[in-house]
This record gives sequence, C-alpha cells and structure tokens, in this order.
Amino acid sequence: MRNIWIIAKREYNHYFISPIAYVVAVALLLLTGGYFSLMLFAANQSGSFGGFVPEISEVNNLFGFLLLLSIPALTMRVIADETRSGAIELLLTAPIRDFELIAGKWLGSFLFVLTLISVTLLYLIILSPQVTPHPDWKLAASSYIGLILLAGALIALGVGISAIFSNQVTAFIATFGLFIFLWWLIGAPASLFPVGGDFFTYMTINAHFGDTLSQGNFYLTDLTYFLSLIAIGLFTGTLAIEIRRWK
Amino acid sequence: MIQVSGLIKDYGARRALNSISFNANQGEIVGFLGPNGAGKTTTMRILTGYMPPTDGTIIVAGHNVVEESLEVRKRVGYLPETVPLYNEMTAFEYLKFMGQLRRLPNVEERALETLDTVNLDARAHSYIGTFSKGMRQRIGLAQALLHRPEVLILDEPTIGLDPNQVAEIREVIREIGKDRTVLFSTHILSEAQQICDRVLIINKGKIVAEDTPENLQSKLVGAQQVILRVRGDSDDLAEKIKKIKGVKRVEKKEDNSIEFEFSVGQDARPLVAKTAVQGGYDLLEMRTASMSLEEIFLELTRESASSVKKSS
Ligand SMILES: Nc1ncnc2c1ncn2[C@@H]1O[C@H](COP(=O)(O)OP(=O)(O)O)[C@@H](O)[C@H]1O
Ligand SMILES: [Mg+2]
Repeated sequence: MRNIWIIAKREYNHYFISPIAYVVAVALLLLTGGYFSLMLFAANQSGSFGGFVPEISEVNNLFGFLLLLSIPALTMRVIADETRSGAIELLLTAPIRDFELIAGKWLGSFLFVLTLISVTLLYLIILSPQVTPHPDWKLAASSYIGLILLAGALIALGVGISAIFSNQVTAFIATFGLFIFLWWLIGAPASLFPVGGDFFTYMTINAHFGDTLSQGNFYLTDLTYFLSLIAIGLFTGTLAIEIRRWK
Repeated sequence: MIQVSGLIKDYGARRALNSISFNANQGEIVGFLGPNGAGKTTTMRILTGYMPPTDGTIIVAGHNVVEESLEVRKRVGYLPETVPLYNEMTAFEYLKFMGQLRRLPNVEERALETLDTVNLDARAHSYIGTFSKGMRQRIGLAQALLHRPEVLILDEPTIGLDPNQVAEIREVIREIGKDRTVLFSTHILSEAQQICDRVLIINKGKIVAEDTPENLQSKLVGAQQVILRVRGDSDDLAEKIKKIKGVKRVEKKEDNSIEFEFSVGQDARPLVAKTAVQGGYDLLEMRTASMSLEEIFLELTRESASSVKKSS
C-alpha cells in the first residue's frame, strides 16, 4: 500500500507541471463554470415565473460528459512518459509489484481529477442560498458520488490502455474510442433483443451515470458497475506491464 | 553473490543469449566486456529482474531472480544504459523518491550522503534537467548506490563521458567494489583491464573468455608481438633474430620493418636489441604491437570455434 502511495504522490505532483493537465483543467473549469453561470442567469430570469430550479447535478452531468475527452488526454502519457525517459527500467527493477505501479499511477491521476471536481463545490456554495428552501441535497450527493465513480473508472481504463501502448497518440485514440463505445455503442444491440437486451443497456456507462446517479438514484448495481471497471482497468494495466517484461 | 548458469534469452525467434554461465563473488569487480549487440544489456536486465530469462538458473544475492524477483531487486543497485532520470525533479527529490520506494530509513539523510559520494552535494537542489551528461551519469550512479546494495550492476557507466569524468566514475566503482559485488559492462578493453578483478568477454550471446585481466592478456595474445625498425636493409637481421631463444615468428614487412613474436614470460626484446646493435644496425624503433579489441574477438571466436570442433 505504501508503494502505491509513493507512486501516486509523484504522479499527482507531476500533473501540476504538465501542460496538457493545465489545458484540461482550464477547459473543464471554464466550460462547467460558464455553464453554471448561464444556469444561474436563466434561473434568475425565469425566477419571476417560478419555473426553473438550478441543480448542481446539471453541472456534474456536463463535467462527467467532458471527462470522456479529458481523461484520455490525461492518462495517455502515464506509462508512455516513463518508457520514453527510460525511467520505466528503474520502476520495473525497484522492489515494487507491477500492480502497485499501476495502482499508484491510477491513484495519482484520480486524486488530480478529484481536485478538479472539488472546485465545483464552489458552485454549490454559490448556489445554495439562491435556491429556496434549499438545494436537493440527496440529488447533489448522488451526482457527486456518480461523478467520482465515473472518473475513477475512466482513469483506470485509461491507465490500463496507456500501459498497452507506448505511443501517446495511439493510447489517446484507443482510450477515447473505448469510452465512446462504453457510453453509447455497447447499448445499441439492446433494441435488437426482445429478451436479454437489458444486459446491453446495463453495460453502458450512461445507464449508471446519466440515468441514475446524476438523477439522484443510487443503486448498488451502479457501484458494482464502476468498481468492476476500475478492477478491469487496473488488471489490464498490470497484465500489460507483465507482458512488456516478456517481450 | 551472482551465480548464472545456462542463461538463455530469446527475443522472438532470435537468440540473444546462448547459454551463459558465470559467477561473481563478494568483493569482486567483474567486467563484462563485449562489442555492441553482444548481449551485455540483456544479461543485466535479467539479473536485475527487469525481464525474465527464457531458460537458466540465476541466483543474485542469494535469491532466484525468477521466483523471488522482489527479494533480488531489494538487494541490487542498477544503473541502466539509458540513465533513467526525472528532469523535473531536483537531484535530492529524485533520490528521496527512490529511497522511499526502497523503504529506506532516514531517507533524506541518506540521499544527501549519497550525493556526497558522487560529488553532487553542491547541486542537490538543482533540477536534473539542467545537469550535464557527466552529472546525469553520477546521479544515476547515486540512485544505484542509495540503498547500499550487496550487488551493483552498472551498464556502460562511463559511456559518453570525458576522461576526467571517466576517471571519477572509475574511482567510485573501485571504492564500492572493495566490499561489494560489482558487475559492470564496457566495450573498452583497457577500462576492463584497469578496474576489474576478473573479466568476462561476451560475444554474440556467448562468453568466450573469462579470467583475470593479466591472464587474459597472455592467454589471448599467447605471444607478444613486437615491431622493430632499423635503418637500411634488414634481411640479415631478420635471419639473426630467428635464431634467438624464445622468438617464435619473424616476419619481414614491406616497409622494411621486422615484426617478431615471443612467448609471454620469455621476453626476447633485450637480446634482439643487443643483436641489432652488435650487428651494426641503427636501431630506430622497437614497439609492441597491441591487439585491438576487434582482433581479440576475432581471435577468441576462432578459438572457441576450433575448440568446439575438437570436443565433438
Ligand atoms: N527488446 C529487444 N527486442 C529484440 N531484440 C533485442 C532487444 N534488445 C536487444 N535485442 C537484441 O539482442 C542482442 C543483444 O543486445 P544487447 O543485450 O543490447 O547487447 P549489448 O548491450 O551488449 O550491446 C542484439 O542483437 C539486439 O539487437
Ligand atoms: Mg548495451
């Protein structure tokens, strides 16, 4: 566990000197911030009609959607950088397990994205006095849980893929492709099967984030789904490192 | 400390290491000498647990590299051929990170001590990205020394350095080698001869010779070759030299110089010189013709090929 933490700490610090990480952070915060401002503006306009109530879950929804493009940009270099600098030889001959290396890389990236997510708590603080009687706390909590689980799962898959490809561009495309596939495409066959089609729907990220967690519904299956993705991503990464050694 | 027997490594269909066996004991500096592509890096990567062997038994610091990889890695310091550094870290931060991964007590203190060992203490808080090639090599070496490993494996530690830096690194290696096992690779014969207690010569994935530098020299060369030059015609002198005791081969060269060989331990040079002078020749030059590394490899590979034939 301590090894994971040491790797994670370096990875986390590394993001603060990485240009791509800055671009991603600025883009994420600008877009969600802009969206939030628009939402407040619209609410104030429609306030007199007593209609639209802004919710933080809307912002988190957008955040989650933007992660589809942001995470591949963040994780594509996780292993590729080490390979290019030759430091991979150091890490693979240090007394740490391959799993610890991958899990540390995952944790460091996850903590960085959590840092970005935590900025949106500011929106919630701005929002809460404006909503009467108060924001839907249950909805807010569940949408944050959803966003965090989503980020954890996408990062795990991204790190796993980055361990397979030592070329960053390839890693980016493969990761982004996988996310698109999991978000929508895998659910496409659902309508083709009158019986058992639910399985395909269950496999989509959207079924667990967009349709439930970010709507204020928390089911155990959602938790299981995201934790499984994390496990698959970390396992794939570890396996890829092991295969790399044999080549 | 290092026991390798029957080590084989295949990259796909290509055999990079073909049944390598050798030992290295505590307090011994072993030089791994061979041309590019011989298999030095591959061997070292297997010894350090970076990649598994295709076949063979390898024990390093008392543990099997395949079955107890982590135990081996704890006890080995490794400087890879491409020095693995993080440019965005300071020398101190980098060593601290490595020390934490190795779970050292008093990491910070140890990092500073080690920087001192490699003469980088003044640059402890400079970014590695600003370091010169020699400094990068030294911080790489510091990383390998940090945990005071029982076994030190250095892959071409002096490559690309200027003579002063080479001398410094050699000094550090010799110092460490006093009580630990050091295996270091090089493709420079004289370097291996200067530092090592024992030299392993590797070529095309096979160990073709193994001995102390001195024995190797005499075994390899078998005889020492000397080139002699006198003023004027030297035909008669060549005939006279042939009769001198210990002289094995005399050859008259086109440029009128004479090349002769004598067995090691039977230095014929004083007698040859006397003969020349007494014969009234003006002695212009007498020098030993040393074999180049290429010639030595040619020699060795020829020898091993013929010894294979003999034994079959
Ligand atoms: N990762 C690899 N994949 C395929 N072949 C390799 C790989 N690494 C080394 N080789 C080959 O194995 C042989 C030995 O290489 P190496 O161990 O690097 O030699 P040295 O370090 O003595 O120069 C070379 O012919 C090289 O081309
Ligand atoms: Mg090499």
